Amino acid sequence: MQAGTLAWFAQQEWRLTWRDWQAMIRGRRRGGIAVLLLLALTAAVLLHVFAAIMLHPNPALAEAPDKQVLVIVSGIVAISWSLMLSQAMEAVTRAFYARGDLELILTSPANAARLFAVRILAMVVVAAMTVLLLSVPFVNVLTWRGGVHWLAIYPVIMAMAMLAVTVAILLAVALFHAIGPSRTRLASQIVSAVIGAVFAIILQFAALLFIGTADRLAFLTSARVLAAMPDPGSRVWLVADAVLGEVLPLLLVIAVAAAVLAVVTALMAPRFGGIVLACASIGDGAAAKPASRSAFRNTTPRQSFRRKEWILLRRDPWLLSQTLVQVLYLLPAAYMVWLAFDKGIAAETILVPLLVTAAGQFAGGVAWLAISGEDAPDLIQTAPVPQAWLLRGTFEAVTSSTLIVFVPFLLALAVLSPAGGAACLAGIVLAALSATAIQHSFRLQARRGRLRRRQTASRLTTYIEALSSIAWATAAALASTGSWLAALPIGIALLTVGMAWLVGPSRGGTAAPSRGYERPGPQRR
Amino acid sequence: MDGAEPQLALDISGLSKSFAGRMAVDCLDLRVKAGEFYMLLGANGAGKTTTLRMIVGLLQPDYGAISVYGINALAEPIAAKQVMAWLSDEPMVYDKLTPVEYLDFIAGLWSVPREKGAATGMALLDLLGLAPHAGSRCESLSKGMRQKVALAGALVHDPKLIVLDEPLTGLDAHSARIVKDILRNRLRAGCAVIMTTHILDVAERMADRIGVIEQGRLIAEGTMAELRVQAGRDNADEAGASLEEVFLTLVAAPPPPDAEGGD
Repeated sequence: MQAGTLAWFAQQEWRLTWRDWQAMIRGRRRGGIAVLLLLALTAAVLLHVFAAIMLHPNPALAEAPDKQVLVIVSGIVAISWSLMLSQAMEAVTRAFYARGDLELILTSPANAARLFAVRILAMVVVAAMTVLLLSVPFVNVLTWRGGVHWLAIYPVIMAMAMLAVTVAILLAVALFHAIGPSRTRLASQIVSAVIGAVFAIILQFAALLFIGTADRLAFLTSARVLAAMPDPGSRVWLVADAVLGEVLPLLLVIAVAAAVLAVVTALMAPRFGGIVLACASIGDGAAAKPASRSAFRNTTPRQSFRRKEWILLRRDPWLLSQTLVQVLYLLPAAYMVWLAFDKGIAAETILVPLLVTAAGQFAGGVAWLAISGEDAPDLIQTAPVPQAWLLRGTFEAVTSSTLIVFVPFLLALAVLSPAGGAACLAGIVLAALSATAIQHSFRLQARRGRLRRRQTASRLTTYIEALSSIAWATAAALASTGSWLAALPIGIALLTVGMAWLVGPSRGGTAAPSRGYERPGPQRR
Repeated sequence: MDGAEPQLALDISGLSKSFAGRMAVDCLDLRVKAGEFYMLLGANGAGKTTTLRMIVGLLQPDYGAISVYGINALAEPIAAKQVMAWLSDEPMVYDKLTPVEYLDFIAGLWSVPREKGAATGMALLDLLGLAPHAGSRCESLSKGMRQKVALAGALVHDPKLIVLDEPLTGLDAHSARIVKDILRNRLRAGCAVIMTTHILDVAERMADRIGVIEQGRLIAEGTMAELRVQAGRDNADEAGASLEEVFLTLVAAPPPPDAEGGD
């Protein structure tokens, strides 16, 4: 194969991706791979069962699609596309700011535009992957019950991913030109987070406003929505028709998506190099900024550590965007509180588990940043303070940060139901502490920027974290009703944390028990 | 002179560490006196960094003892860390903190009183030419500037033993000179320094004593004159043999008879 061609770059990219994946698999202990395979198999079976149950009562599968089916399909496509667009925005931003091998490529005589064209295609695959994986069980069940025309979903997903990447590139480049390279990273992360959540939230709000339920599907199938929609045959249903396997719409959707992606790639790939170089030189010639002496404070080691964590968390762009998403997702919940207050309904049974689960997940990310994302592990480990102090400082920083985000919702709930508010507060604190303990058990030093990949890097941690959050959420919900059954999920949550401590890699290996921040990987000599 | 021996800043005996059955540091004995600049030299993979990481408590030795100013560093790591500073070739600073916030954090960790921390921190930033950037986030600084921030962090708590692993990497000539001057001042104040470097000119000019490590064992140690003798480069023709020549002779020579397999 001739060097420097599109195919050559594609082969190189594929080899790097494949070896990354191999390293991830080989890096696991044998038991870890077995657990991973078992979990994947279980998830596949459960998703198929779930899909079969969900699609069972629908007689429309084998019949000509009516307006209701078209609305549902279009709604699902819109939500999936917003998710793809969000992932594509992240991928484009990463491509702008990742240095990696780009300096080598850009200083070589090879045509870098070809590499960027290959990377744009890789972004399409990445953007489509999540939706593809999630849709496989549904497509299988639909094909089994309704016929092979449902297989058209796959090419439509790829077409939607092409459109998502196209829009993401245009958005990111527009941001780059509008606000400059130093602000684009944070802005595009926020835009990406908002896009990923906004359509689903709008649907939920609409459902709450117009039909008084949080069920998005019920809203889409409500008489009000159906009446406002055009009849089957309208061009509005082009994508839905393509999903349903109609040949002409399908070909049209694929052709349009491929064409716009090709045009944007041809126009933008040659400009990527300049953008990457501009992003890479953000720090060069940074404006001087002297500090005043008053910046020094008199603090104890623990206060100092806690303060450092707070400053770093506050300045973390991922955390900012993640917090924004959490808040966005909680807005419909807050609206439900208001509705329930208005109608005298006990909403805490829904809201308490929702808030506690969200807090547990949020705390997991914060804890990862504070523990695994520690930028200066050597400094922390060579400091003359007991590791237990630092660990306590981490617990305090994570819990307090989580509380700050959730306090407005807690206060609203407490006004409605003091018992619910108290149970929710306890649940949030315990979920945050558990998430921190789990992250500490599975700590593995990494750059803070790797945070977004933490869930794919350690699925086991993700599942344990999720189980712990759900257990605390159930316990808080039961406690808010005064039920002694709350003891059961509390026991499960504590067992989960204990299990994490037992199976976590930081307990075994070479790290001494008292040393909290062992540097992973082969030691330099 | 009153004849009293300077206090031992660092006393290592029988220090050993292996990775996956391979000896990285093999029964190492090493002593550094207060006020002494000790340079540890060796080829890549000789065991220098592993040795330094064990001294500062980043690695647990398999065997051996480490004493820092009479404190058993393995039994009382907190007390030992209180008087030590560590700086590696990779500046580990927080991207989202400013140099002042970074020094403030370190001063807090080492329980340095506010006034002293502020005065020392600002003086160090000034000395290292970082004062104009004291309020900028470290992510906006160049690698050399970040290295200087990390160095200021290592010195802000006034350590008595400074452990440096290739500290001059990434520094320009002017900054390297400033760092060397700072280290000399610290030595005059009674501080001990143990440092690794591949810049042999620096080692020759700065070190009071030099240790050469090979396959985890100390194969030669002493002043420049003593090393020349050990390398057999001390005859009249080679009285001025440079450290580079001496070092290459030492590491090229076959290892001592007991080097293989240890004891």
